[in-house]
Amino acid sequence: MACFMSDLVPGSSIAAVSFRDVSKRFRGSRGTVQALDGVTFDIAPGEFFGLLGPNGAGKTTLINILAGLAQASAGQVLVHGHDVVADYAAARRSLGIVPQELVFDPFFTVRETLQIQSGYFGVRTDRRANDAWIDELLDHLGLTDKAGANMRQLSGGMKRRVLVAQALVHRPPVIVLDEPTAGVDVELRQTLWQFIARLNKEGHTVLLTTHYLEEAEALCSRLAMLKQGRVVALDRTSALLAGRASTMLRFKLDTPLPPALLAQARVTGRIVQIKTRNAAEVEKVLATLRSAGAQPEDLEIGRADLEDVFLEIMQGEPLQGAA
Amino acid sequence: MTTPASATSAHRLSGARTLFYKEVLRFLKVSFQTVAAPVLTAVLYLMIFGHVLEENVQPLSGVGYTSFLIPGLVMMSVLQNAFANSSSSLIQSKISGNLVFLLVAPLSPWAWFVSYVGASVVRGVAVGTGVLAVTAWFAPLQLAQPAWIVVFTLLGAILMGALGLIAGLWAEKFDQIAAFQNFLIMPMTFLAGVFYSVSSLPAIWQEASHLNPFFYIVDGFRFGFFGVSDVSPWVSLCVAGAGLLAVCGLCLHLLRTGYKIRH
Repeated sequence: MACFMSDLVPGSSIAAVSFRDVSKRFRGSRGTVQALDGVTFDIAPGEFFGLLGPNGAGKTTLINILAGLAQASAGQVLVHGHDVVADYAAARRSLGIVPQELVFDPFFTVRETLQIQSGYFGVRTDRRANDAWIDELLDHLGLTDKAGANMRQLSGGMKRRVLVAQALVHRPPVIVLDEPTAGVDVELRQTLWQFIARLNKEGHTVLLTTHYLEEAEALCSRLAMLKQGRVVALDRTSALLAGRASTMLRFKLDTPLPPALLAQARVTGRIVQIKTRNAAEVEKVLATLRSAGAQPEDLEIGRADLEDVFLEIMQGEPLQGAA
Repeated sequence: MTTPASATSAHRLSGARTLFYKEVLRFLKVSFQTVAAPVLTAVLYLMIFGHVLEENVQPLSGVGYTSFLIPGLVMMSVLQNAFANSSSSLIQSKISGNLVFLLVAPLSPWAWFVSYVGASVVRGVAVGTGVLAVTAWFAPLQLAQPAWIVVFTLLGAILMGALGLIAGLWAEKFDQIAAFQNFLIMPMTFLAGVFYSVSSLPAIWQEASHLNPFFYIVDGFRFGFFGVSDVSPWVSLCVAGAGLLAVCGLCLHLLRTGYKIRH
């Protein structure tokens, strides 16, 4: 199989993506909103990088600035050393963007859509090679039998696959996936991640934003967390998990949780999770449950996962001066 | 293989050529709506107005009303369809969200401009040629100065393609495009001397007509057929050319700044 990209430089000292003090203000009817405030971090070539944050944290705004869909109020964004404003053509040739929204052009077939997208990037100059590459993409994404179908005729999952193919059609070294699995069924999600993980193994840099934290934990080697437009955590995934680690006591409960435990517990339906630092704290929680007459089921003690770390960081002190 | 970041002029041309091809393919896929329907509309105008007024009106000496009407209808079709092509394509892409595929591509503002306006010219000329081919059966036509026909066709189509692009960038919903089309483009083309000679109007309305830039395009175009016009074709060329430069300049400025498309 052909490699999915053409110009990765292993061990290159130039960051694949570099955000330097990026700020973005929106002026609206309710005044000025500071969507991003001095965001600075680099993504190394070949990294699988996750960008996390609650709704409104600024993830999509940052991706939009990277992709040229929005303009930063201040700061600079570079893709393989190319400024996304001053040298936009070179920067965009290095980027493959999978947008969050399920958008398509209803006038064209799947194959026409991919040929047209190739043409925008100037890779139709070698038509035979480009057609072979499109065939390969269609095959790997399970779209071969839909190549002649109009985009309107495709299911949501198939349209999502075409979006991925469109992002890869010019063989970019950096792939940006903005919430790619939102509303996607389990089968497609697994197919998509296998495909993206393989691209990453072949050397592509991947920047992912997602609300599925288990996906981010499983796939991303490094993470940045945004809160109110600022980076509040930036580290290797393993370091983030280890640094904040505490043990989590998990159990199921059919009766109300004793009030003494409410403040420290995370309750999802019957499932209760309580952060504990040591065995003494575990005993204390169990004693509180016993004294209240509660009978926990399926009790287990495990390490904190990314969701626990995420919640701990996001529930921290509000940022000073953030709008 | 060429690295993705590097680009030759062939790569850059390929981007503009692809967008032009896509825009032409888009209107051809719905050619009943985009080409056949406007031709039919123009033919109906000709049949109705020609039938009613042929015996009563002779706007130019030695030219029957139906013959006089044909170039006007052809140019009106060119103008309206060139505008409709770029404006409707852009607003559809904005509203459906698929404009993102263009916005993330390494296309320069010039590439956008040349492609959208080029496709508008193709549609305008296709409809105009269709109207001419059908209506020419209804009355004798001269081709006194064919070069002026070509000049004013291109001038009108480019001007309206660029104006359509401006409208598409500015509008945020279909209603706004419809307002632009129905309250500005339609009245100005109708009142540009398509159906009558401006010299037949009272003095004040003649003056008012001379403020309408479309009048000069229609008048200059008609000069190409009959060798006579309300104003000199050189004057028409200067006025329409100045309008063209202003509209194209504004359009390119809006594209460079990402007006309402790059937030």
